[in-house]
Amino acid sequence: MQLARVIGTVVATVKNESLAARKLLVVQTVDRNLQASGKPMVAVDAVGAGIGELVFWCRGKEASFPFKREDTPTDCTIVGIVDSEQHVTR
Amino acid sequence: MILARVVGNVVATQKNHRYENARVMLCQQITPEGDETSYSVLALDSVDAGVGDTVLIVQEGWSASTAATGQAGAAIDSAIVGVVDRIDLL
Repeated sequence: MQLARVIGTVVATVKNESLAARKLLVVQTVDRNLQASGKPMVAVDAVGAGIGELVFWCRGKEASFPFKREDTPTDCTIVGIVDSEQHVTR
Repeated sequence: MILARVVGNVVATQKNHRYENARVMLCQQITPEGDETSYSVLALDSVDAGVGDTVLIVQEGWSASTAATGQAGAAIDSAIVGVVDRIDLL
């Protein structure tokens, strides 16, 4: 899993049917100092995250496990919302 | 598996239910010589690792999920599975 900041949303009307009603968010992965690192990605939301929040995402096949339909085509899913920046202790 | 140093942890109240009672540790990958790389990753703790420890992190879903929660099938892609005492190099 990696820390990321939600920086946007994606609207896609035509998509795989198992993605219906799923929220697609643009996330920017951040390093331990919460500075952006790497390119932004699109993640499926599994916890009710929103723009500006600090979250963590899960990669790979495991990304589809939060959903009842495990054939949900995702390789990047938001699985937790960090309470605040102060809740990243380091 | 990768070598990493535990640098902190994160607190998330709203998260996937399989993360309940788990400790989400913020880790920085290191080289075998002990130098930090630019890759930071969140991993669930399964061995009572603490900040400053050098650890082994498995990055494969089935293993990570089983090590951290006792059951496969969770949206977990990284878990700490060992605390490194020493690395001997040629």
